[in-house]
Order: sequence, then C-alpha cells, then structure tokens
Amino acid sequence: MASTKEIKTQIGSVKNTRKITKAMEMVAASKMRRAKERMAASRPYATKMQQVVSHVANGHLEYQHPYTQEREDVKRVGYIIVSTDRGLCGGLNTNLFKAALKSMAEWREKDVEVDIAVFGGKAASAFRRYGLVAEKTGMGDKPELSDMVGTIKVMLDAYEEGRIDRLFLVENQFISSLTQTPRVQQLIPIVASDEEEIKHHWDYLYEPESKEVIDALMQRYIESLIYQAAVENVGCEMSARMVAMKSASDNAGNLIDDLQLVYNKVRQAAITQEISEIVGGAAAV
Amino acid sequence: MAMTIHLDVVSAEEELFSGTVEEVIAPGIEGDIGILPRHSPLISQLRPGELKYKTSEGMESMFVSGGVLEVQPHMITVLSDTAIRAGDLDEQAATDARQRAEDALAGKDPEDMDYAKLQIELEAAKAQFEMFQRISKAR
Repeated sequence: MASTKEIKTQIGSVKNTRKITKAMEMVAASKMRRAKERMAASRPYATKMQQVVSHVANGHLEYQHPYTQEREDVKRVGYIIVSTDRGLCGGLNTNLFKAALKSMAEWREKDVEVDIAVFGGKAASAFRRYGLVAEKTGMGDKPELSDMVGTIKVMLDAYEEGRIDRLFLVENQFISSLTQTPRVQQLIPIVASDEEEIKHHWDYLYEPESKEVIDALMQRYIESLIYQAAVENVGCEMSARMVAMKSASDNAGNLIDDLQLVYNKVRQAAITQEISEIVGGAAAV
Repeated sequence: MAMTIHLDVVSAEEELFSGTVEEVIAPGIEGDIGILPRHSPLISQLRPGELKYKTSEGMESMFVSGGVLEVQPHMITVLSDTAIRAGDLDEQAATDARQRAEDALAGKDPEDMDYAKLQIELEAAKAQFEMFQRISKAR
C-alpha cells in the first residue's frame, strides 16, 4: 500500500502539470485571437487576387500562362505541406499528415513520383524520410511572406522546368475554434473558377510585356494561397492547442480528485489501525 | 460632381485602402501611370514607389513596395507586395530553402527544446497518472 507521503508528492506533481497545461491553454487562447485577426486582415488580398486571376483566366488573352495549362502526362507531382512548428496541439498535424499520405499514395499507385516541400517543423520531421526538396521551419506565430518565397519558388521552378506536372497544397482549414479539417488542394494547374463570367472578347493593356506581368501575377497568386494557408494554420494550431490543453487541465483536475480520495482513505486506515493498536494494548495491560 | 472609380489597395498582410477615388497615379514599372474612371482594362507591374490617389478630400498618397495593378472599367485593384522583391533575392531564398532540406537530411536537426521538454514532462505525468489509477483500483 502506498504511503500518505507518496500520494501527497503525486498530487503535488499532478498539480504542477495542471499549472503548465492551464498556462498553455491561456496563452493559446490569446494567441488564437491574434491569429484570427491576422486571418481576417489577409483575406481582402486573397479575395482580390482571386478576382484578378479569374479575370485573367476568363479573358481572351494573347499569352496563356503555363500554370493555366493542364499537362496530359503526369510523371511526378509536388506537394507543399503547411504544418505547425510545435506539437501539443491534439491531432491537428496527425490528421493533416494522414490526408497528405493518402493523397500521395493515390499517385504512387499510378507510378507517379512525389516531391515534397514543407513549412513547419512537424511536417519536416514527419516527411524527412521521404526526402524533402525544400523546407522552412521556425516561422513563429506571425508567418511572413518573405520567409516563404524561397520554398515556394523551389516548387514553382520545378513546375516550370517540367520536373513536376502538378502541385498540391496540403493545409488545415480553420472552420471554427473547435473544428479544423485538413484539405488537399490543387494549386497548379490552376483550377478555373467560373464565379465571374466576362464573356465578351477583351484583352488587357499590358505594361511591360504580357508575359512578364502575367508571370508576376501568377507567382503572387500561388504565394498568396500558400501564405493564406500558413496564416490559417497558426489559427488552427492555437485553437487545437487550446482545446487539447483544456482537456488536459480537466483530466488533471479529475486525477487530483481521485488521488485525494485515495489519500484520505489511506490516512483514515492508518488512524484506525493506530487506535485499534492502542485499544488492544490498553486491554492487554 | 466628378466621375469616380472604386479603388482597392491590399497587401497580403492587410487592407490598405478601399474607397471611391477620382484619379489614381500609380508607380508603374515603366513610369508613372495616371488612371481616370472608365480607363480600359490594364494590367501592370508596379515598382516600389508612391501611389497617389485623389479622394473627395484631396490628394493622398501611400508607399507601395511593388506589386500588380489591375484596372477594370469600374474598379482599380492594387495588389501590393509586403516586401521589396527582386529576382536574385528570391533566388537566394530558394537556394536557402533547398539547403535547409539538405542539412536536415544530413542530420543537422535543430529541435525546439522547450516544447520537446514539456512534451516529455507531460508524458511522464501521464504515465504516473495511469500507474496511480491502477494502484487505486487494485485496492
């Protein structure tokens, strides 16, 4: 039987753990608020970018960008995975990686090879054994586009040089503070959206050449999608961590209650035993 | 009243301006471009510089660090970059990203110590928890 002292130490250590999880919960909650603000702030750009690109896709332009052209023969595909840098956020990363692996397995079945680029330490360590072509970790809670362009460029170059024929983005979608779902999205070739139809024949005036402008635009479009994913991922990370830490704190509370009961029982048993020993001893005298 | 056109200036990190203007002067890559309402569709790259626009309150201006300008007859969109971009800088960043992946494969692995430590502590606490549950059940 465990002694009262042992149980006391145990209660103390669980209390310490609860302190940590409580603190992490609160930190995550406040960071989530800021992450949500950033998500809202970056949305206008994404919407506007989408609009411009759909104008470009629906217009009758003299120059067709390679990103809008479907390639018949797919030999190799690229994946960009956006994950968190840190753990302790429930099943967020695990679910994301499962979705990524499932999608990759479908390509591998068709004898298509896969190139992977990652953002975030967790994806980097999970996919390292498959061989990464580019990675960026330690972006913190405020992802900046300037930190991300390098890795994105590696994949875009690979597409332009024909080393990959398709590019996918694997990201977490922020649905609510309680729900985040992984999503695999095709980046290139760009899936045309028919939201805004401008049917009559028109073309832009270009400055400088049409190729240069459209190239710059397309590059920014892809970057904006990935940046948006990174910003959203921080929101997902924080809310997932908040939920995970909340349940950890709750569990610690239950555990302390249980241990307290055991402690009381053991203490009571000791007292009872002592009394019966004294009574027994007195009777013997 | 003068003719007006809707102007949106956005960057990846925030919305910089949204409203009705009478005239826009943008720093196009080949020189400043003045745009009045009902301009024909135009798409242009921007160089880092001053973007001027005329609202009902007069001329205002802001700095944009390059980007793309799109003009449709009824609206103007400026997709501003968040940082000044240059081809060779991007190239450098791409090389760095590749290098990091190679370093990581070679086994140089900078892990986040604090979280890793916390995770171990939590695991330990969990193991203790399970052990004590077993003890209290066995009693």
